[in-house]
Amino acid sequence: MGKYDLSLIWPFFLDKLDEIIELSTEHVLVVLISVLLATIFGVSLGLFAWDKPLLRSASIATAGVILTIPSMALLALMIPTFGLGWVPTLIALALYSLLPIVRNTVVGLREVPEAVMESARGMGMSPLRVLLSVQMPIAWPVILTGLRVATQLAIGIASIAAYVAGPGLGVYIFKGLSMLGAKNALNFALTGTVMIIIIALLFDALFILIKRLTTSRGIRG
Amino acid sequence: MANKTGATIELLNVSKVYPNQPEPAVENFTMTINPGELVMLVGPSGCGKTTTMKMINRIIEPSSGSIKIDGQDILTLDQNQLRRNIGYVIQQIGLFPHMTIAENVAVVPTLLGWSKDKIRARVAEMLELVELDPSVFSNRYPKQLSGGQQQRVGVARALSADPPVMLMDEPFGATDPITRERLQAEFQQLQANIGKTIVFVTHDFEEAIKLGDRIAVLSKRSKIEQFDTPANILANPASEYVASFIGEGAALKRLALMRVDSAVESGNATGPAISRDENLRVALDSVVLNAGRPVPVVGGGRVSIESISAALGIDVSRLGQ
Repeated sequence: MGKYDLSLIWPFFLDKLDEIIELSTEHVLVVLISVLLATIFGVSLGLFAWDKPLLRSASIATAGVILTIPSMALLALMIPTFGLGWVPTLIALALYSLLPIVRNTVVGLREVPEAVMESARGMGMSPLRVLLSVQMPIAWPVILTGLRVATQLAIGIASIAAYVAGPGLGVYIFKGLSMLGAKNALNFALTGTVMIIIIALLFDALFILIKRLTTSRGIRG
Repeated sequence: MANKTGATIELLNVSKVYPNQPEPAVENFTMTINPGELVMLVGPSGCGKTTTMKMINRIIEPSSGSIKIDGQDILTLDQNQLRRNIGYVIQQIGLFPHMTIAENVAVVPTLLGWSKDKIRARVAEMLELVELDPSVFSNRYPKQLSGGQQQRVGVARALSADPPVMLMDEPFGATDPITRERLQAEFQQLQANIGKTIVFVTHDFEEAIKLGDRIAVLSKRSKIEQFDTPANILANPASEYVASFIGEGAALKRLALMRVDSAVESGNATGPAISRDENLRVALDSVVLNAGRPVPVVGGGRVSIESISAALGIDVSRLGQ
């Protein structure tokens, strides 16, 4: 492997711009959809399980176990059932995203002070009303942090999706790795990695913005 | 509960038994509270006073017995409807941190479906009632307020839908002594105007004497040791237990409940004059500082050691012999 000339990456970048944009868009899309799926399922599960000790521990433990499965293995396991491409990728990413979302929803709802809960009940709010108009808004920053962590996790793991012919910038990283030693090997790998970092930073900025816009001034840190 | 200025509360043989606990927390508690009356439940920690109170709005469900408000059995009512008609103030206040002060005070009226205009007017009225300027505080959040201000908002919130009954669980317990005294004085003034039926739980006997129309001294399992006016309890404690609860200085505590009016005698005196509206403990303090000599009362007359003792019902005819 010869010395690498960094100045070559720019012409490479311009040359492949259309493809890079396409792969980045795919990457963003696959993360968005899978985190959305995980949010719908995870927040619902959290809302349902937060006050049921057994279910609560079981769901957090299960989501935790899923996260310990190596991503390659999980994706490979899905090929027989779901084939290649988008579907196994979305399912795997959604599963990985579950833990931070479920856990933070449960923790956030449980952290609402007992005095607040008791005065809400004492004023004649129904349990559903307490959940939606008192607990959820107070737990919101914690839940949102869960979504943020889940998103970062999904952005990283999505790059492995190329292994099952999935979408996203992983395609470039795998291509680079598979042609190691060739002229453009590092260009591919580096472009993929840098774009993923940029996407991660943009998502993070987006979450900071959402948090500011949707958290009551009364509980902003 | 149509009567909005205080309702009768009747508790009859109310008990609370928790599963896995051999002894009941509350056993056969019976008490009738008159409309507009402020009843203090006093007792040591763990005596069941809070449990007793919380059964009135069914935060804790009674195991047996009946509770009636204005003749209506509350156990047959919808829990949430019941609670919207009972003001509830707890020690930790429990304001909603994500809502503004105005939104906090508006909670129950909103639940009751009042119109926006009516709610807005009511919130302003309530904040003024607890001496918080609506134009300053309406849009603030709880964390921007001091502990004493938060507790006032807690009281305003509990009163916002004009409930006939209020339950207060050591509402001033978490504030510093100076703030507590001020809140107590304000609350006393407030109650004089609004006349709610109030059940007030405290472990502080001084507070009970100061605020209560009647005091129930409770021992284990919420057993009523004595239920009477502060003056009667101080003058005639029913048992050793009640006496120990009163502690030292019962006479001084009684004097604090009496006005200078009740001990004015004719005659002249020199020294700093004392107002008729003051209490007799303050008067006694002035007399002692005046080397035991009588002090003049604003508007005529004087108070002396003898007149103060006589006001307590002590035979002073043989004094000085």
